[in-house]
Amino acid sequence: MNQTDTPKVWDTRKRGRQRRLERAANLGLSPQIRQEHITQLLQTVIEPGDRVCLEGNNQKQADFLADSLAASDPQQLHHLHMVQSVLALPSHLDLFENGIASRLDFSFSGPQGARLARLVQDKQIEIGAIHTYLELFGRYFTDLTPNVCLIAAQAADAAGNLYTGPNTEDTPAIVEATAFHSGIVIAQVNERMDTLPRVDIPADWVDFTVVAPRPNYIEPLFTRDPAQITEVQILMAMMAIKGIYAEYGVQRLNHGIGFDTAAIELLLPTYATELGLKGKICTHWALNPHPTLIPAIESGCVQSIHSFGSEVGMENYIAARPDVFFTGRDGSMRSNRAFSQTAGLYACDMFIGSTLQIDLAGNSSTATTGRITGFGGAPNMGSDPHGRRHASAAWLKAGREAAGPDAIRGRKLVVQIVETFREHMTPVFVEELDAWQLKASMDAELPPIMIYGDDVTHIVTEEGIANLLLCRSAEERAQAIRGVAGFTPVGMARDRCMVENLRDRGVVRRPEDLGIDPRLATRDLLAARSVKDLVRWSGELYAPPSRFRNW
Amino acid sequence: MVRRTLRPPFTIPQLVISMEKLEYHFSTPSIKPAVGAVICGVVGSGNLEVLVRPADTAASCTIEIKTSARGFGNIWQAVLAEFISQHAVGGTHIAINDMGATPAVVTLRLGQAIRQYAGDLR
Repeated sequence: MNQTDTPKVWDTRKRGRQRRLERAANLGLSPQIRQEHITQLLQTVIEPGDRVCLEGNNQKQADFLADSLAASDPQQLHHLHMVQSVLALPSHLDLFENGIASRLDFSFSGPQGARLARLVQDKQIEIGAIHTYLELFGRYFTDLTPNVCLIAAQAADAAGNLYTGPNTEDTPAIVEATAFHSGIVIAQVNERMDTLPRVDIPADWVDFTVVAPRPNYIEPLFTRDPAQITEVQILMAMMAIKGIYAEYGVQRLNHGIGFDTAAIELLLPTYATELGLKGKICTHWALNPHPTLIPAIESGCVQSIHSFGSEVGMENYIAARPDVFFTGRDGSMRSNRAFSQTAGLYACDMFIGSTLQIDLAGNSSTATTGRITGFGGAPNMGSDPHGRRHASAAWLKAGREAAGPDAIRGRKLVVQIVETFREHMTPVFVEELDAWQLKASMDAELPPIMIYGDDVTHIVTEEGIANLLLCRSAEERAQAIRGVAGFTPVGMARDRCMVENLRDRGVVRRPEDLGIDPRLATRDLLAARSVKDLVRWSGELYAPPSRFRNW
Repeated sequence: MVRRTLRPPFTIPQLVISMEKLEYHFSTPSIKPAVGAVICGVVGSGNLEVLVRPADTAASCTIEIKTSARGFGNIWQAVLAEFISQHAVGGTHIAINDMGATPAVVTLRLGQAIRQYAGDLR
């Protein structure tokens, strides 16, 4: 190429940003935008083909901005590439049905999973990839940097500083990637204030703010009513505490959101404390503020909790326990999904959670035919990070069980806790995951496996615990899994002799091997048996959402 | 023991018609009862009620099941055989009213009922 050609331009992104802002200024659209002008603003500063990040995860949602974008004119806005943590709202998919957006990179789509699958099959949506949260955030800073991001905060001041309140969540990661690569940041807020309680996002990272007609939606996803915890879940919780938490001395951990782990949380002040485990296990957490952890916190079992997001109704309780939770100078919590995911990945010794299907290699999936649900954070938490270098007792013990006394590294404990049958007698243990069918029907490159079998260290069911670290072959692993698969077809097809041999070696352990009488697994062991009990434990500081109040 | 009111999701005649009845007989050493009869659990969604009462046959046990979940005879057979292999329950008649309980719940409830029947309450 000839050097006398037009000089190389190094600031196309900056010029693009300037062009968009000038267009808005020429139309009289000021940084404090009025509700009725929001769709006009979006049509002015977003260009066809832009990469747009719409904030929303399994907790807070920039729902007003999502609705406003979905209401824009597809003649003006089309072929947008959406990058977002979660597809949760109908408007997220309206964007694609209305011809405004065409490509999607995301993490999780829980409630919209079935509709998303139909859109993919009808070729109305092109999926780049399904990520974990950290992966997607990582790509915001590499090849998926947004041109425009649409975020949600609690309040803005006149200068444009933002206060996110307890639900900071993804906002810092999204805004940093956008603002520092010449993108445009638009925030919906619930109110304008003269003085913010604290500044979570500084004004010079923010271009436009709009007061939404209603407060942004927040899903109380992590509230589990203790009244619904079953005796079988209590039995499995007892086994997990005695057979895993106590034996490995697990102090730093993350829990899934299900009832199985809620049962464990409610046994910490009772069963675990009676076993003398207070202070020895479960002291440091990467966890959302689970209401079912209140009794353990109040009993002095917990030292610190860093959270991905907040939980509706927990605000006053959190503010009153700043030794435990991360809070701002204003007193309210500051959550941060990216940092908490990092803690869960590198700084925790254990992840324990439930799943929908497990195969004979221990691969675990929540994908079922006809639904694209994605992963969220589980694959981060539920994986053994090869980048970890610091040791802990739990990590070393697990590593040595897997590779012998000369192991050169430890292992994260990745535990799946499941009843062998789900509702409607659907077996959890299967010969082949539905994920493979989904891969075929979606023409995907990989089956959507949530946790890889080679990362899973233990499986807990009502029948016992399978310790996969101690298995020395694929055959042993398969029989250990069959050996706790109960009366599912996979369980009934076990080689009884081999399972008994595994039991002799402690690979498979029954409740009686752990000194647990299943008949003692009663709800009397729960530190709280209702949401009302949790409120009482909290000294009336926890204010559950109305749907959880039955008194 | 007080019988709790059952509120089925559909009318009673329909419920009765859709119930499946199963019956199993097992040879098993006899159990020494501490009480006349016991009832354990409730008939609610995903749960079951187990009634244990004495029978004349000292070295065997009859188990009668009424279940809303049809077509799981082979799993009942396996769950009960496993239970009988772990507990001596000869000389009893066990009636089960099931509303779609999982094998885990069935095993737990049977264990609780037999423990009460034998007076092993700790």
